[in-house]
Amino acid sequence: MPTRDMPNRDVASRISVDGIGKSFTTEQGTLHVLDRISFEVADGDIVAIVGPSGCGKSTLMNIVAGFDRPDRGVVRIDGVAQSKPSSRGILISQAGSVFPWLTVQQNLMFGLSGHDHGDKQRLADHYAEMVGLKGFESRYPHELSGGMLKRAELARALVVKPEILYMDEPFSALDALLHLRMRNELLRILEQERHTVLLITHDVEEAIHVANRVIVLSSRPTTIQASFEVPFAHPRKLSSAPVQELRAAILRELGVDSYST
Amino acid sequence: MIGAKRILPAIAVIALIVGAWWAIVIVTHSVVFPTPWQVVTGTVELIRDGTLWQHIGASLFRVGTGFGLAVIVAVPLGLWMGWVKGAYLTLNPLFQMLRPISPIAWIPIAILWFGVGDMSPIFLIFISSVFPMVVQTVAGVHTIEKRYLRAAANFGVSRSTLFRQVVIPAVLPQIIVGMRIGLGVAWLVVVAAEMIALRSGLGYLIIDSRNAGNRYDLVVAGMIIIGLIGLLLDGLMRLLEGLKVVRWRYAH
Repeated sequence: MPTRDMPNRDVASRISVDGIGKSFTTEQGTLHVLDRISFEVADGDIVAIVGPSGCGKSTLMNIVAGFDRPDRGVVRIDGVAQSKPSSRGILISQAGSVFPWLTVQQNLMFGLSGHDHGDKQRLADHYAEMVGLKGFESRYPHELSGGMLKRAELARALVVKPEILYMDEPFSALDALLHLRMRNELLRILEQERHTVLLITHDVEEAIHVANRVIVLSSRPTTIQASFEVPFAHPRKLSSAPVQELRAAILRELGVDSYST
Repeated sequence: MIGAKRILPAIAVIALIVGAWWAIVIVTHSVVFPTPWQVVTGTVELIRDGTLWQHIGASLFRVGTGFGLAVIVAVPLGLWMGWVKGAYLTLNPLFQMLRPISPIAWIPIAILWFGVGDMSPIFLIFISSVFPMVVQTVAGVHTIEKRYLRAAANFGVSRSTLFRQVVIPAVLPQIIVGMRIGLGVAWLVVVAAEMIALRSGLGYLIIDSRNAGNRYDLVVAGMIIIGLIGLLLDGLMRLLEGLKVVRWRYAH
């Protein structure tokens, strides 16, 4: 059953989103994008946010990650109001931001400060190996495939040991097979290392595959329409009946008849 | 790798023009305008008495100095103007106004300020090549993709890391484009500057050959040498585009 997700400050949460509102002024007038969005993400939780296109998912992500300011409400990270981005939470977006002028290794070392060069190199090599980029450390991004670029981006985020990974449609630009493979990679890494993950996706299957909880947003002005627990242990069999039932329930919330898709 | 098939048409066109030139000189019985062969013998004469190398050396020295100073000024200035909005708003109108003024128009002022010597053409070369490089560098900073700056902000890197590892490498391809344009303009201007102000250089060679006994074979020889060196300089700048740190911009 869908339940309303209410802010609860009694429980210690990694991310606390409290009453976020955001409007944009356009030539057609004021566009109300986000309307009193509130939810909590506990430490180590993997929360997916799905919603119709144009509902402001990326705007919400930018606010939570500290890149954009809300008109109303507050985002707290470990109880402290978020005012700017920090390396405690790294954003991985669809477009990707691996620096094309740095090698894979230089990209991985980019965010590391306060280490000596040898330590940086060891850490970079460790994470390059973790994401399957061993042997590609001296390559430039334009010499890599799309999937390898995503691996590099993921490794560059992991190397600074962020508490939170903000993932905004991270694998959407990849083909279906690669998309599935990257999801499995992410889950494997999250078993090895504890990170809190906030994942934005338009893909309900991806949400159910990865997340412990799925938040469904309405269309604009966007509110939280429903929230679903995903109680299945990993590895999840996506074709199993309970998973498919949950998928159908989420799709119904999004106004899509699952039998026709 | 350049295959013979690729350069053959260009060689054919040049051969055709040289042939037509030769034919026209013979048909019109011109006593002043040289045949291609007279240009070759004139060039050999300049090589034999050693003056050709002196002229080339003098021109390259002036361009090297003026252009080098322009790079030293334009790149930091362009980065600053591109990064700091106030600097851009303050200086850009001034530069946009100075830019369309032909370097030739600066000649009287150059002579007034620096007299007749190496400094005047160096100043003219500096003036002519500094603006395109500033403009390109500013445009380079303004077109850095936001996602890269956001990533840098996300990792919370220091200002020096931001500049060394993000801003400068992101703008480098544009800086190189600016340098190519700047060097092209500089080479264009050295000839004009030397025609008026000096006693050496390829520009001087051209005007002196005309004045001292209508040696049009040397005039044309000077022109061709200028063209060839210009081509060579552009080729050198193109080599910079092949550097690994900027290849991302051109490779797809």
